[in-house]
Amino acid sequence: MPETSAFLKLDGISKHYGGVFALNNVHFEASKASIHAILGENGAGKSTLMKSLVGVVHPEEGSILLEGQRLRMSGSGDAAEHGIVCIFQELSIVPDLNVAANICLADPPRTRLGLIDRKKQARLARETLQDMGVGLDIDVHSKVADLPLSKRQIVEIAKAVIRKPKVLILDEATSALTAADVEPVMALLRRLRDEGTLILFISHRMHEVEALADTCSVFRNGEHVETFATGSRSDEEIVQMMIGKPLSQIFPEKAGETPEAPPYLETSGLSWNDKLKGVDLDVRPCEIVGLGGLDGQGQQEVLQALAGVLRGVAGHIRIGEQTEVPNGPRGGLTEGYRVALVPEDRKTGGLFLPQSIANNLTAPILERISPRGVVSGSEEHARIDEMIRTLQIKVSSADLAVSTLSGGNQQKVVIAKWLATKPKLLLLIDPTRGIDVGTKQEIYRLLRDLANDGLAILFYTTDYDELIGLCDRALVMYDGRINAELSGDQLTEQNILSSALNMGVGAEERVS
Amino acid sequence: MRSSGIFKTQGRTLFAWGVFAILMGVFLSVHPRGASLGVFTTWSNQCAALALLAVGQTIVVLSKGIDLSIGPIMALANCIASHLVNGSPSEIAFGVVIVIATGAICGLINGLVVVVGKLQAIIATLAAGAIFTGLALLVRPIPGGDISVGLSDAMTMEAFGVVPSAVLVMLGAVALWYPIRRHPIGRSIIAVGSSEAAAEASGLNVARAKIAAYALGGVFAALGGLFIGFQTLSGDPSIGLTYTLNSIAAVVIGGTMLTGGAGSVVGSIAGALVLRTIGSLIFFIGLQPLAQPLFEGTVLLIAVSFGATRLLKIKNRMEVFQ
Amino acid sequence: MSSAVKSKPSVSWSLPFDGPTRSVFVAIVVLIVVGGSFFPQFFSPYYLAQQMQNGAFLGIVSAGAMVVILLGQIDLSVPWTMTAAATISTAVVGANPQAGISELGLLAGLGVGALVGFVNGFGVAVMRIPSMIWTLATNNILLGLLVYFSGFYALASQPSLVMRAIGQGKVMGLPAVVLVWIAVSVLTIFMLKRTVFGRNIYLVGTSEPAAYLSAINTRRVTILAFVFAGVMSALAGMMLAGYAGQSYQRMGDPYLLPGIAAVVLGGTSLFGGAGRYAGTVAGVLLITLMSSMLSIMQAPEAAKQIAYGLVIIVMVGLYSRRAAKTE
Repeated sequence: MPETSAFLKLDGISKHYGGVFALNNVHFEASKASIHAILGENGAGKSTLMKSLVGVVHPEEGSILLEGQRLRMSGSGDAAEHGIVCIFQELSIVPDLNVAANICLADPPRTRLGLIDRKKQARLARETLQDMGVGLDIDVHSKVADLPLSKRQIVEIAKAVIRKPKVLILDEATSALTAADVEPVMALLRRLRDEGTLILFISHRMHEVEALADTCSVFRNGEHVETFATGSRSDEEIVQMMIGKPLSQIFPEKAGETPEAPPYLETSGLSWNDKLKGVDLDVRPCEIVGLGGLDGQGQQEVLQALAGVLRGVAGHIRIGEQTEVPNGPRGGLTEGYRVALVPEDRKTGGLFLPQSIANNLTAPILERISPRGVVSGSEEHARIDEMIRTLQIKVSSADLAVSTLSGGNQQKVVIAKWLATKPKLLLLIDPTRGIDVGTKQEIYRLLRDLANDGLAILFYTTDYDELIGLCDRALVMYDGRINAELSGDQLTEQNILSSALNMGVGAEERVS
Repeated sequence: MRSSGIFKTQGRTLFAWGVFAILMGVFLSVHPRGASLGVFTTWSNQCAALALLAVGQTIVVLSKGIDLSIGPIMALANCIASHLVNGSPSEIAFGVVIVIATGAICGLINGLVVVVGKLQAIIATLAAGAIFTGLALLVRPIPGGDISVGLSDAMTMEAFGVVPSAVLVMLGAVALWYPIRRHPIGRSIIAVGSSEAAAEASGLNVARAKIAAYALGGVFAALGGLFIGFQTLSGDPSIGLTYTLNSIAAVVIGGTMLTGGAGSVVGSIAGALVLRTIGSLIFFIGLQPLAQPLFEGTVLLIAVSFGATRLLKIKNRMEVFQ
Repeated sequence: MSSAVKSKPSVSWSLPFDGPTRSVFVAIVVLIVVGGSFFPQFFSPYYLAQQMQNGAFLGIVSAGAMVVILLGQIDLSVPWTMTAAATISTAVVGANPQAGISELGLLAGLGVGALVGFVNGFGVAVMRIPSMIWTLATNNILLGLLVYFSGFYALASQPSLVMRAIGQGKVMGLPAVVLVWIAVSVLTIFMLKRTVFGRNIYLVGTSEPAAYLSAINTRRVTILAFVFAGVMSALAGMMLAGYAGQSYQRMGDPYLLPGIAAVVLGGTSLFGGAGRYAGTVAGVLLITLMSSMLSIMQAPEAAKQIAYGLVIIVMVGLYSRRAAKTE
């Protein structure tokens, strides 16, 4: 058992953005030599908590105590001085430097002249990787930009480990790892714990949490809900703590049986680059099909390929009457296709943040509703009002910048602007990331209503609950292929997980 | 695309040197006096100032900035040199120190305006450039002044009778940069240019790195102004603008990405040599001098068009926008 | 300047004056009042008309510069686009001096501007070369072409009747070129506010990937914006030739940086996506008044340059501080 004295203590931490509390009077304790999982939905305050610990965010109230000493930090440099180091999701990797330089970036070894000792730097980097027991095949002289994502993540971990932290924070740091690297990284974390490190661990993968953590703390809406020993609560209880109500109440009722209509979208052998290796799928009108699996198995690429964003897509494709992918999002709008892609990152791909809500909403349709290229004010306003009404977007004025809206309402704007194009096939990439439960529920309701009205919906989600709760069918991807197709009673977390990890169970259950 | 990689960066540097080698070969073969030391000396004297400026500009570009005031800083340094770099050896030494310090201060001002004032680099250095030009005009309203003939001869003739001093000056610029690059401050400049968020998250001092990059750019600009002084033995406040543009052209021809982080000082020197050799070449090849700007423009156009080749490799259209 | 009013983000239907524009107008009023009280000739109608005439050339250039800057790009080919349009149009007029036909020169000049703009836009939008470099290269090519050809052929340089009339003439006491500026301004405002193209300029300038994903033809928007800028430069170049009675090398040089400065002083962000045309007009007026004031004071060129640089740093610094505060 870990020691009971509070090694790290947060005392009444509060931080708010605008009128919204990201952290509300948080009291939290964690002990030395333990792995402590932080659970919660996106927007629960986990990230703000971690950022406060590394000095990137400055809470308005409260204090942080490490070994009984109050910390004052003005940046991540200060946090590292105190022994608190965070592993980000490849955020702190400098692409144009080599692996060794990255690993030693914060405190490079120097020669007597004060210059960086590159030989020693390479040796230190190699030693660190060896000591970690992962990434042994990484050449420390290669440029980080040339490494695949999973190797970059290992460099990111090495960069933190070399600093010998007292508190090591992992913010979804295992999500990009390949399956083969996950186990050695877990072993590494256990060893670091045994050597006395406190490891704070944010993950959405419950099985990882269960395998690794000694203690769990659940956060919801910026508040610390409860801390308990791993295994003392059931999964259902934990989920309920995270979302505040039982799972079943969140999702609308499914259609029940497979719709009669022929598929609007059909692909077989869809392949692209080395990311898609022959994807067979179909989506019918009135149907919601989910794409799942671990991150980066080709789910995004499937949707991008169907929207015409990728070049050199091969395989048989049929969308409506068309037998080729559209020529970009513009081509997707044409009568033969009617395909709309709601992109992954609403901040860069979906929205024009500083522009008005009105201008955001009309972006894809402005050309259509403007005869001879001149905007008709009345037509424009009518459309905007209609969209705001249909999606119940909470706005005081459509002339305000879209950045003033909450995450949930921003996401509604993104969806609304695409629905305005009247698509027949709607592709969505993680549409509920980082938004509150209430809005999530509204979006689920909306998608189900749209499906009932005849829309074919294909969406990628990282959230297993969405696959289970919302989708008529779930396609679990692994390494550029569809590893399992699950529906009805087969659609369980257990099955999704095993096929996502390619453990074979899913393959047997594959429905052709 | 980020995955340009070491090979591509160095490939571009090599390409710039390859182009230069061809031009130089042609130049020497058409030159009436051929490959003689005198020819080398004259040629390298024409190259050195732009090469120094290109080094300075590269450092700023590596930090993902740009310095449009680099020509005006050079002009200001040149004008100050025409007042101070003469007389007794100690007076000359004092003058040289002041000139270099001026460059450093100008660069520092640029850096502070960009970092503290939060101005975009283009507009900040544009405005600062106007101020530096004004100061140069105050220091020396019309071209003139006096610069130590002895030092000037030493810098523009041959050293030890075997190698043009200007070549040593250019080598010296590289020799000056490499220790800086291997110093933590140099590394942080590259880190900030490559990914500011990553540098910040790694606890590097982003503000200091940026300011240092501009200050170093200013120092190299001042060295360039000093060298012009050695060539002309006078100060001229109006030399700035074309040098600014040519320094950017040299950086681009040399293969440094304007998006920061990746690039090489050595490549930029090749870029400067290419630009200058074309000028000399046209003179001796018997082409109309009137064709020189057209020829230079065409080379720049072709050089930058090479940047478009990356598009052929892109398979995900979203990467076009990076 | 303690105005606590938040500057509204980018285009909308509210007040045409945002924070930056207001600050610039305050500066202009101060300039006029202070300047006028020391130098009474500042207020003479003749003098003001003269200043407006100078400002109009800059204003036309700035309209083009602003549209490109709204995209988050920059057009450094302004000087030689102006010179090229002026040189070719006056050469066409020189070759066809008959009244009426000679106005072909005007068309040729506009054609040159459009062509240069197209090449600029193509390099930026299709070849994806940073505009700062690409337009620098096209500027150098134009320079090279003009130096080369005007060196070999003695090109006649003669402005057409219309060019001369606009450059030198007056309508009801107002310089004709000012009327052209007003017309250009009305066109630009309409374009930015009420056309799909104008709206898309703001969207592409805010986020090109998002615009692409929103089914906007980002290439066409970018190319058209550069064509607009090229045509504006050409127009200004030809009017200037009409004013001077001929075209001359380096005639465009004094318009590049002040053109960009006017746009930035007017609160348009060089990152693209945000800015109002009223601000650009204010920026043009401020720069014009400032330089004329310094001329009256018989300030040396040095002082002008320094004042110019300081004003830009201080004003733009104020905007970005304010923007940082409202975030």
